Amino acid sequence: MALLSLRGLVAGYGGITAIKGIDIDVDEGEIVTLIGSNGAGKSTTLRAISGLVRPRSGTVAFDGAAIDRLPVHEIVKAGISQVPEGRGIFHRLTVYENLQLGAFQRSDAGVASDYERVFALFPRLRERARQTAGTLSGGEQQMLSMGRALMARPRLLLLDEPSMGLSPILVDAIFATIRQIREQGATILLVEQNALMALEVADRAYVIESGLITLKGAGAELAKDDSVRRAYLGEA
Amino acid sequence: MTPLFLASTEVWLDQLVNGLTTGSIYALIALGYTMVYGVLQLINFAHGEVFMLGSFAGYGTLVALGGNDLSGGMVAVALILAFLAAGGASLGTAVAVERVAYRPLRNAPRLAPLISAIGVSVLLSHLVDDGFLNGGAKFYPQIFPDGDIELGPLQVTYLQLFLMGSSLAMMGVLYWIVQQTKTGRAIRAVAESRDNAALMGVNVNRTIVVTFALGAVLAGFAGVLYGLFFSSIRGSMGFLPGVKAFTAAVLGGIGSIPGAVVGGYFLGLTETVGRELLNEIPGVNLPNQWKDVIAFALLVLVLIFRPTGIFGQKESKRA
Ligand SMILES: Nc1ncnc2c1ncn2[C@@H]1O[C@H](COP(=O)(O)OP(=O)(O)O)[C@@H](O)[C@H]1O
Ligand SMILES: [Mg+2]
Repeated sequence: MALLSLRGLVAGYGGITAIKGIDIDVDEGEIVTLIGSNGAGKSTTLRAISGLVRPRSGTVAFDGAAIDRLPVHEIVKAGISQVPEGRGIFHRLTVYENLQLGAFQRSDAGVASDYERVFALFPRLRERARQTAGTLSGGEQQMLSMGRALMARPRLLLLDEPSMGLSPILVDAIFATIRQIREQGATILLVEQNALMALEVADRAYVIESGLITLKGAGAELAKDDSVRRAYLGEA
Repeated sequence: MTPLFLASTEVWLDQLVNGLTTGSIYALIALGYTMVYGVLQLINFAHGEVFMLGSFAGYGTLVALGGNDLSGGMVAVALILAFLAAGGASLGTAVAVERVAYRPLRNAPRLAPLISAIGVSVLLSHLVDDGFLNGGAKFYPQIFPDGDIELGPLQVTYLQLFLMGSSLAMMGVLYWIVQQTKTGRAIRAVAESRDNAALMGVNVNRTIVVTFALGAVLAGFAGVLYGLFFSSIRGSMGFLPGVKAFTAAVLGGIGSIPGAVVGGYFLGLTETVGRELLNEIPGVNLPNQWKDVIAFALLVLVLIFRPTGIFGQKESKRA
């Protein structure tokens, strides 16, 4: 049984239907990527999973239980953390306070060692722990957003375009971190416009167009698919 | 040697103490406006009535415990109970108002909760004035020990000292809660972005209620101090201090906690010391009521020249 499974998911905003009946499965330990162009409905899919947008129909099941009627904070508690598009850090709080918020739902003894784990993954965050997060560079903010999500010890990590707006060197660093996190046993649903890198790191992939899944398969397979190469990998 | 000012040193120091005294009350009330604005971008115009009901709860407690007959150690006990009752009544009022008048309108256009806030404000003040007091007023028992401290020309009554000191202590506690506790972090996170706070696992509705509650307890506390200091209380008593505390919050930069405190003291001092300064102009002799004119002139000037206030931040970036 899949850890996360979306069935016939429909969601939108006011008069707009942004996703129009989506089926996606993510198994424990997998990296699954959802790729598609701007406005295709990727963020809406993640927002619907996290409960920030209420599905109009369809279901979201996590670990076998329906979560699509739960409030957002209960979904986090169930084990799903999201690194939202644009990073969503709290600019006026310190780096350390941002990380503390990541562990908001936890009271177990492992929190202290998880700060160390995050600082080991992102040494820059340790250096800047007492700084307000708004003073960080874009790349550091992305690291903070990912580190903060890891502080929740999620069973499923949702990443919304972590490479957006970053220089090629930083993009490489972010993807290296994603590999590192997966080696530590994480399950990840990764949304990207940077299809090349996403397909490289992913076990399986879905392609979304105008709110519908148009292709799915193993990451390496889709990377070879002609239509994918034309549409997303910038080939003629 | 001709004196620099027409007014004597004693008058100036008196005005300074008066300014800090009323400023303390403005600051306590202003904190509630600014915190609720911080998390909801809503001006809680019923906040003056939250203050008023706290004042009445404190009054009822003091009267029930013996009123003017209280003496000795019982005064301290009665005061503590009055503060607790006031905090509780204000908290209950604010939480009920949030639930009934604001939450159902959370996603309505911004004007809707503003109008419902004004409606609640008018309802509560008239309910007390016309429903219970028939236009009359109540008078706080005069139980606070008389006497004052004199340091040269400076004269401060025990009540003024208590008022200023306890206000500072309350603000200190609030500051600690907001800056150092998990609840405080949640409040600050919700103030920056409700969605992103929810993604951290913060229960946003609960945090909003807690924010109302914290502001309300401070307002209830201020209500008792007001009653002890000015004695007469009525249903409409929340209006002027409410609007002035709002002014103080805007002065300081609405949404900013240090701003509300600085704005409160600044407004208190401007009303008293500021009026005295104007009176130094030959031929000018403004009576005490002019303090209100000065306060609102200040509000208008701030809104024109620095609408974000002293500590104001630009609207935070929202994803
Ligand atoms: N808050 C919103 N209000 C209205 N429409 C929105 C909102 N967010 C996204 N949309 C629309 O929904 C569609 C899908 O958007 P989104 O899920 O953000 O796409 P993607 O993440 O793939 O770029 C787009 O047409 C977009 O314009
Ligand atoms: Mg998007």
